[in-house]
Amino acid sequence: MTETVIQVAYLIAAFLFITALRALGRPDSARRGMQLAAFGMAVAVAATLLHARIVTYEWIAIGAVLGAAAGYPLGMWVPMTAMPQRIALSHAFGALAATLVGVGEYSHDLAVGAITRTHVLALSFEVLLGSLTVTGSAMAFGKLQEILPGRPVTFPYQNIVNLVLVAAGVGCLAWLIAYPIDARVFVSMIVIAAVVGVLFVLPIGGADMPVVVSLLNSYAGLAAVATGFAIDNNILIIVGALDGLSGLILSLAMSKAMNRSFANVLFGAFGADGSVASAEAAGGEMSETNSENAALRLAYAERVIMVPGYGLAVSQAQHQMRELGELIQKRGGEVRYAIHPVAGRMPGHMNVLLAEAGVPYDKLIDMDEINERFAETDVAVVVGANDVVNPAAQTNRASPIFGMPILKVADAKSVLVLKRGRGKGFSGVDNDLFVDPKTSMLFGDARESLLDLGAEVKSA
Amino acid sequence: MTAMQTIQLFVFLLAGFVGFQTISRIPPLLHTPLMAATNAISGISLVASLVLAGSAAGMLATVLGTIAVACAVTNIVGGFLITDRMLAMFKRTEPAESKLADTTGASHHD
Repeated sequence: MTETVIQVAYLIAAFLFITALRALGRPDSARRGMQLAAFGMAVAVAATLLHARIVTYEWIAIGAVLGAAAGYPLGMWVPMTAMPQRIALSHAFGALAATLVGVGEYSHDLAVGAITRTHVLALSFEVLLGSLTVTGSAMAFGKLQEILPGRPVTFPYQNIVNLVLVAAGVGCLAWLIAYPIDARVFVSMIVIAAVVGVLFVLPIGGADMPVVVSLLNSYAGLAAVATGFAIDNNILIIVGALDGLSGLILSLAMSKAMNRSFANVLFGAFGADGSVASAEAAGGEMSETNSENAALRLAYAERVIMVPGYGLAVSQAQHQMRELGELIQKRGGEVRYAIHPVAGRMPGHMNVLLAEAGVPYDKLIDMDEINERFAETDVAVVVGANDVVNPAAQTNRASPIFGMPILKVADAKSVLVLKRGRGKGFSGVDNDLFVDPKTSMLFGDARESLLDLGAEVKSA
Repeated sequence: MTAMQTIQLFVFLLAGFVGFQTISRIPPLLHTPLMAATNAISGISLVASLVLAGSAAGMLATVLGTIAVACAVTNIVGGFLITDRMLAMFKRTEPAESKLADTTGASHHD
């Protein structure tokens, strides 16, 4: 009887979760859908508390209180600029839970003395993927939070070392299927996977993080699927499949937006050494401007497109960008925001940032749609973006980013680039846009520059 | 392979199919909320942690289970809160007359 109640609760939860994902297809239905999903979660959890194997509630209560205490600040206080590392951290939490459950179930099986091959197979997958995701996500968190160096870290024979370790991990798995009760091999496998997780993220640079964060999302989901198979739980299989697929779809979309294969992102150590920058740029001088002149152009522009990049998040200038946009609009100009899929450090990063600042979402335009509009735009304002607006991606075959779809900022009648300094971007590639005759450079902190521009536009 | 495992494979396959259809339709605009949302939902692994933490099957199981419960609850609480917070920020352009009143930036206070 209780078992039926639990299963029905899971069925309701699964239905509500899928409904929530459907609702996420549109901004106006999304919030409602997620609230229903939260309700579904409550139903599933409440029903699980009736489970026959649960005999004591003290430790559950302790864990729940600790989790709620950690979850509340992670939900309410983390700023939108820090969203990529926040998400990476929660992948680590999710995977850690899966790994620990896997270890617990394994030791339970050993104690009871009943362990089948299929069971150990599922448990092995669970801890392999889980452990790898825990350390990989922790690394990604460290890089995004800038505790660890964001640049790719490489060492000789890196890919071979990784390959050997992965082979060793798979070897452990095969061994366990043959000898399920060998606990030492089980533990070794977890340790190997943890090392692989670290080494896997080590050579990946900051700008490739959108792919990595998405891929770790996918692994965390697959670990949940394995948990579901291990403990015969359909809701875990369903949710794990949704989570895993979502991560996979996002990472494929991100790779596509960079015109790079998975393999290239994961093993290419893009931007690791200076050699990639050797491609000759078009040459020429950057022409510098001041905020007064730049503001004058903005104040009398009919159509303006703002192009935000990761630099906007770094200097937390999203509110200043929105204010400048509103000031231009008040003077009769039309302002839109061009969003490149890989601008920022995670999928959709720029969208949440600007939504937070109060930019209406119908002004946030995806790359494919906005690219047609640049030709009729008076001023394109590039703030903290570099590679995603580099025309070399389309014109220069020797460029390391050749083939990557870009925002066609160079089509605009004039371009204003707000940039911290004269240095190169993450990939170390020269940007032809900056030396284009119609481009003016405004150097300085993005936030300060946007504030100055706003003040000048107001008085223009 | 037992009948139960076969059914589980069916469930996996069908969930994957439904997931692919559903998730492919989510616009890039909402990709960050999507990630936060799947994170929150995957906190459902709590149901496995609960059983481990509450089964009184020895010290190891209890400790591992309790930590797992804490991790999963962190993701559920944090995940649903942050997804809701994010989705609340996505607003359409308001009708022209209310625009002047909105320039104070009061809209991003929560």
